[in-house]
Amino acid sequence: MHHAVVERWSRGQSVLHRRDPRVKILALVVFLVVLATTERALLTTGLCYLALLAGAILLARLPLGGVLLRSCLVLPFSGTFAVITVLSGDSHRALALLEKSYLSALAVLLLVGTTSLPGVLRGLESFGLPPFLLLVVQFLYRYLFVISEQAQHMRMAAACRAPVRHRIGRDRSRFRAAAGALAVLFARSYARADGINQSMLSRGFDGRFRTLSSPQLRWGDAAFLLVAAALPCGVRFALGAVA
Amino acid sequence: MEPLVEVRDLHFRYDDGTLALDGVDFQLFPGETVVLLGANGSGKTTFVLHLNGLLHGQGQVSVCGMRVEDKNLPSIRRKVGMVFQDSDEQLFMPTVLEDVAFGPLNLGLPPAEAVEAARRALENVGMVGALEKAPYHLSAGQKRRVALAGVLVMKPEILVLDEPTTFLDPPGQRDLVELLRNLPQAKILVTHDTHFAGALASRALFFEKGKIAGEGPLEEVLQRFHWTPRQDSVRG
Repeated sequence: MHHAVVERWSRGQSVLHRRDPRVKILALVVFLVVLATTERALLTTGLCYLALLAGAILLARLPLGGVLLRSCLVLPFSGTFAVITVLSGDSHRALALLEKSYLSALAVLLLVGTTSLPGVLRGLESFGLPPFLLLVVQFLYRYLFVISEQAQHMRMAAACRAPVRHRIGRDRSRFRAAAGALAVLFARSYARADGINQSMLSRGFDGRFRTLSSPQLRWGDAAFLLVAAALPCGVRFALGAVA
Repeated sequence: MEPLVEVRDLHFRYDDGTLALDGVDFQLFPGETVVLLGANGSGKTTFVLHLNGLLHGQGQVSVCGMRVEDKNLPSIRRKVGMVFQDSDEQLFMPTVLEDVAFGPLNLGLPPAEAVEAARRALENVGMVGALEKAPYHLSAGQKRRVALAGVLVMKPEILVLDEPTTFLDPPGQRDLVELLRNLPQAKILVTHDTHFAGALASRALFFEKGKIAGEGPLEEVLQRFHWTPRQDSVRG
């Protein structure tokens, strides 16, 4: 599963892994703003941004190919809109759409690949995101594994009772069976959520989510933020790509 | 001797109309290990969920002299440690340490003390090496131990374990028996595993259709309700 790989990356050891999650989030925001407001010399600036991100990926000791490849996951979505834009006669905008979406995904993947999920969530919490929303994200991530496991068990059980695969187009009852299985998966997930709630209540949960530690900013973090913000800004202004 | 848990004439009906408990009377004394036996759906789990106020039925439930009602729930949930059948439902935090520290933080302990308490609890169950691991990367036996640590860290007076041997291999079951034997708390075990029950029980209760149909020494209850696997089916 992709999120399991990213989680393994986030447990690595590097200069970037050691940085405070808050400065990494701020650096990401700066990068995204600079990227979003870049309007001219798209190809050149895009390549420079890509080089910066690739340098950061290598600095973080993450597999360059793996990160670049996984960032492509965003392309089917942005590609759809890019095709529509090309058909409407604006190929420049289509290129910008593809380039910016890919580089944004790459930057986000770099953040989550160098920061544990609790770190990212704590960082977001310190910027004022509602704790309840963060709690939902955390549980969603945690139980993706459990729900995926349940789905795999159900798939195996179904395969045991239907060893011959039929093409869906030839057998509409397959649609009904798949829909039924999905409903069962939702019902099980609901039951699981109920169990979690009981478990939390029995351990004294009163609706307020408490965490163990609050991260401390160091000089290295400030220096990182300065460099991480200055580099993309420098590229943007040096290449005269101001909107 | 004052009972730790006292239940009188407890009735409970689920929203769909199923009568799950039909007049249960029960007492648990310090140091006891009581095993709840009975068929699936006989009311065992429903019964134990009343002991820390996760379900509210008609009747009287008292824990350590306090009635189980909303105003007493924080204190009662500190006294009754509940280990659920499915450890995945109990381990919801990103790391083992954070999961075990969840309870102490809710009790108001400062983070440093919560971490220390969590470390001690994990030491007690032999899982201190997994502090920074994600719970979903643990084996079933390890998950069970961490779930138990998450309850022990609250320093409960009563431990309730619902089907604790589910998903455990025989070595895992033996380890769990040893672990539980060394814990001083009074225990209520909901189980179908008669070997496991035999290793720990000081008394057994048999649930049938929401009632306690019989109680006494484990062997006597097993024989009276024919609650042993058929020998021919065991031989297969």
